[in-house]
Amino acid sequence: MALDQDTLDLLLTTVHRFVRERLVPNEAEVSENDAVPPEIVAEMRELGLFGLSIPTEFGGLGLSMVEEVRVVQELGWTSPAFRSVFGTNVGIGSQGIVIDGTDAQKAYYLPKLASGELIASFALTEPEAGSDAGSLRTSARLDGDHYVLNGTKRFITNAPHAGIFTLMARTNADEPGARGISAFIVERDAAGLSVGKWDKKMGQQGAHTADVVLENCRVPAAAIIGGVPDMGFKTAMKVLDRGRLHLSAVAVGMAERLIDECVRYASERRQFGKAIGEFQLVQAMLADSRTEAYAGRTMVMDAATRFDAGEAIATEAACCKLYCSEMVGRVADRAVQIFGGAGYMAEYPIERFYRDVRLLRIYEGTSQIQQLVIARNMLRDAQSKN
Amino acid sequence: MKVLVPVKRVIDYNVKIRVKADNTGVETANVKMSMNPFDEISVEEAIRMKEAGTVEEIIVVSMGVQQCQETIRTALAMGADRGIHVKSDEDLEPLAVAKLLKAIVDKESPELVILGKQAIDDDSNQTGQMLAALLGWSQGTFVSKIELGDGSAKVTREVDSGLETIEVDLPTIVTVDLRLNEPRYASLPNIMKAKKKPIDEVAPADLGIDTAPRLQTLKVEEPPVRQAGVMVDSVAALVDKLKNEARVI
Repeated sequence: MALDQDTLDLLLTTVHRFVRERLVPNEAEVSENDAVPPEIVAEMRELGLFGLSIPTEFGGLGLSMVEEVRVVQELGWTSPAFRSVFGTNVGIGSQGIVIDGTDAQKAYYLPKLASGELIASFALTEPEAGSDAGSLRTSARLDGDHYVLNGTKRFITNAPHAGIFTLMARTNADEPGARGISAFIVERDAAGLSVGKWDKKMGQQGAHTADVVLENCRVPAAAIIGGVPDMGFKTAMKVLDRGRLHLSAVAVGMAERLIDECVRYASERRQFGKAIGEFQLVQAMLADSRTEAYAGRTMVMDAATRFDAGEAIATEAACCKLYCSEMVGRVADRAVQIFGGAGYMAEYPIERFYRDVRLLRIYEGTSQIQQLVIARNMLRDAQSKN
Repeated sequence: MKVLVPVKRVIDYNVKIRVKADNTGVETANVKMSMNPFDEISVEEAIRMKEAGTVEEIIVVSMGVQQCQETIRTALAMGADRGIHVKSDEDLEPLAVAKLLKAIVDKESPELVILGKQAIDDDSNQTGQMLAALLGWSQGTFVSKIELGDGSAKVTREVDSGLETIEVDLPTIVTVDLRLNEPRYASLPNIMKAKKKPIDEVAPADLGIDTAPRLQTLKVEEPPVRQAGVMVDSVAALVDKLKNEARVI
């Protein structure tokens, strides 16, 4: 259900204000302590951020893709660590259940995910299966009415806080590729599941990733998302389409924040007797950043509008993810350049953002995977026309 | 108990105010507007009373152009129950607002009206007091604490000399100060539900009130630009300037 303009405006205004009043002032502390303060998490829960994409009948907001990307662009204005707290509940952790879950799975899990009572993680990546997700080795062996899971999942976002994992494992050992994979809902307290220690990362302090280790972990057969085995890769790909637009919106929001910082600094910082913003070489950097961020914002809106209209947007989603994540990398790099020495120092947010945005080109499909998706789809489409 | 909370739509507190080129007022075209921050505190206080079980219904009222409904909607999203919009495209002065509020009080019979102590646009700080006078009710102004009792309320007022605690009989008018509470953010699910809460629209004429202005704005000007400072090269020079130029020591 699309929101009316007044309601959407009020929603965006509220998020806009919350970001500036409650999150931005805490950015440095979150980075320093590598933790989002529990009272902020409680406020985000109260605000309803965990349920952005979960249908209203399950207690979420049921935002359309256009509405979701607009909210997420607002959230991009601050450290991505904040978004990460609820990001997996909005995106990859919950969407498998939203899109392909059985009625019982939806009724049981979605209200808890929407309220933030339960955190969901998405566990696909393995030590030897990243971009080549189809090669994953985690095995699920049927034993009566249970599956026995064995394997290791790597760099799993929110694993230390998760109550459930949307976890990909191979149910059909005879199918080496993507077709023998199932998506399970695995509870955190399942016997045989353990979470490793937090990874030390380049940036995004406050957001946590860790290994998830499965040793003869028994899960009921009914825990397969949708109840049908060997469909997991399809579920994963559907989840990733939506996730790619979500992350593109994050990139656009972050770029706009960086540009705002740059414009303010360029207006205040004086060299050779005038504000550095008066120098044309600095102006060129500002203009390039603005133009690219605008292009990113526009393409995300276009792809989201098409998604809401029911169009298949796998190619467009990959285009958005590729462009926006690379774009924010360039914007962050120019920001460091405009700030000069101050951009290299940890006292200003620029240095932190520069490290934070680097991840956007890697997770949920590297830039190179997006290129392959785009080109393969182009060639496939061309062939189907002949 | 029924509580009435008037809310005013003002230029957002983050906006840098600009005076119109013809000096007739300030620029409001394409300027972000939001609820007067003191009124947010009033709404929050009413909601806390409702959550504590001492209040059954919160009615918010806003006066002015069509977009005031957005301000009412914000209060409804925070937790108020219903809204009244007194629609008028004219400038409403504090006395006119107080008279309109009196007419609404006569109709709705609340036992408590909570207002912001002033609006951040004109800083008049008059409406609450005028309303109390028109109704002949007690009033507690610049309040930083409210304790509702049986038939009365104990309020703590922020006055120049410190804090003054008084007891007022109900029904009463309370105008709130900054330190009363910290208003909540409307939750996103409640923003979506607020659309279903009713807003009644009335015209000043329906309430039998003449809102013709009593005041005339002659001119609005920017405050004078601050003069640039000077650097002095020694403490002695500074002391000399303070003594002989500024004459402050």
